[in-house]
Amino acid sequence: MSEGSGEIARFENVGLRYEQDGEVLSDIGFTLHAGHFYFLTGASGAGKSSLLRMLYLAQRPSRGVISLFGADAITMPRAALPALRRRIGVVYQDYRLVPHLSAFDNVALPLRLAGMPEREVAQPVIDMLEWVGLADRMQARPATLSGGEQQRVAIARAVIGRPDLLVADEPTGNVDPDMAVKLLRLFEALNRLGTTVVVATHDLHLLRKLPESLIMRLDKGRLSDPTGALRYPPRRNLPVGNGA
Amino acid sequence: MSRGGLVPQARLSGPTPWVIAIMVALTVIAAATGLALRNIANAAALDVAGGVTVQIIEAQAPLRDQQARAAVRALGGVRGVVSARMVPQGEVDDLLAPWLGAAVDQDLVPVPALIDVRLDGAAGPARVAALRAVLRDVAPAARVDAQGGWLAPVFEAMDSLRWLAVAMVALLAVALAAAVLLSTRSALGAHRQTIEIVHNLGGTDGQIARIFQRLIGLDAALGSLVGLGVGLGAVLGLGSRFAALGAGLIIGGVLGPVDWLVLALVPLAAVVLAVLTARLAVLAALRKML
Repeated sequence: MSEGSGEIARFENVGLRYEQDGEVLSDIGFTLHAGHFYFLTGASGAGKSSLLRMLYLAQRPSRGVISLFGADAITMPRAALPALRRRIGVVYQDYRLVPHLSAFDNVALPLRLAGMPEREVAQPVIDMLEWVGLADRMQARPATLSGGEQQRVAIARAVIGRPDLLVADEPTGNVDPDMAVKLLRLFEALNRLGTTVVVATHDLHLLRKLPESLIMRLDKGRLSDPTGALRYPPRRNLPVGNGA
Repeated sequence: MSRGGLVPQARLSGPTPWVIAIMVALTVIAAATGLALRNIANAAALDVAGGVTVQIIEAQAPLRDQQARAAVRALGGVRGVVSARMVPQGEVDDLLAPWLGAAVDQDLVPVPALIDVRLDGAAGPARVAALRAVLRDVAPAARVDAQGGWLAPVFEAMDSLRWLAVAMVALLAVALAAAVLLSTRSALGAHRQTIEIVHNLGGTDGQIARIFQRLIGLDAALGSLVGLGVGLGAVLGLGSRFAALGAGLIIGGVLGPVDWLVLALVPLAAVVLAVLTARLAVLAALRKML
């Protein structure tokens, strides 16, 4: 993993409540440092997806402070948020590809949204699809792709804009174990290129595949810190926590 | 945004283009009606503006004819009178035939002699009073009226109809905006996941709004063209029917080149209204998202 010391994201006393319910997340506080690989673990319903939604700016917290790339994401003008979102790649468990667009057009979407001239779009998209092993499936629609192929398209789309932060919410939840490992290797390769990666998973086998990763654990809406990633500046060679 | 467009576009498949077509057709017809009424009113006003009718209301026919001839002579010498024409008895009989029958016995039903006077300007109250003063001595039985005064209720009725047409156009515009609003909301619901994807990929509100502007704009353009065709067909059909009547007042309502241009702009205005409504609806919906 590449080393980095810059602060990517910081949560302080963040709480989240939906409508009349109690808080689904309480007193969340952590800092993500540049260039590290984080796992976010916890049982189903622990609040992993809610936390990630706040991290990739799809959800506003009920309280607390969220800082992204040094800027206060809560008080930031709404018009400034798209630029911040373009620095974050997101991979979903259910892929969320645009159904009537080809694999090529799905991957090209972030570049086009960023205003890249059409003549410059093709080559990076082709390169990215080759990198995820889908060079021969560029014109295929999502419905004709397997789960693993769709997830690789989603990963290609998430990283084509060279994001500073990659957030993946249960990315291996709908693929077989072999594909899960392959996808994890893609995330690891991205991390080596300098991208900070946060992967939410409840699959403990995945954690063991990357023993150098940092682990955050959510339990009933509260965050614990089995590797010390939240209390201390991240270091290498921390053991995978037993509680993860 | 993408070569294929983020939201699939189905031509004339949903109800929106057809609703827009109906709205545009009705708007074209209402606007054409309003314009024709305006033209009729303007032409009629121009026609009667300098017109004055002099009636010699005298029961004894010889005296009536004598005063009528004297009045025509006197009016001919008044400055500003372009013409003073005694309306021939045949024309008067034709005018009265629907009420009194073809053969009117002048001894039983005395009919006033009529003099049609044309002035070189508007027949205002002062000029009418001056004509009365001129005729007071030579034709004491004369009654002088500006023709505009006779037709005032007709003009007022036309004016009301014209405003009714304007109100109909405005109501149809509101109905069109409401139909587009419903359609946009439906499209927003149907494509919510795509919107969220684009939103989370860093798409701006403007970029997302443009997707739906394009969607609705194409529907509106197709619907408007169909509506324009239907509307113009109806206007031309009605126009030819009214033209066949050959009545002077109706002929005055013929649409001019500028009127046709206004009608041609109706679909363009509908597209602009639809696109603007869609944009505002999408932006309002997006503001609810972070």
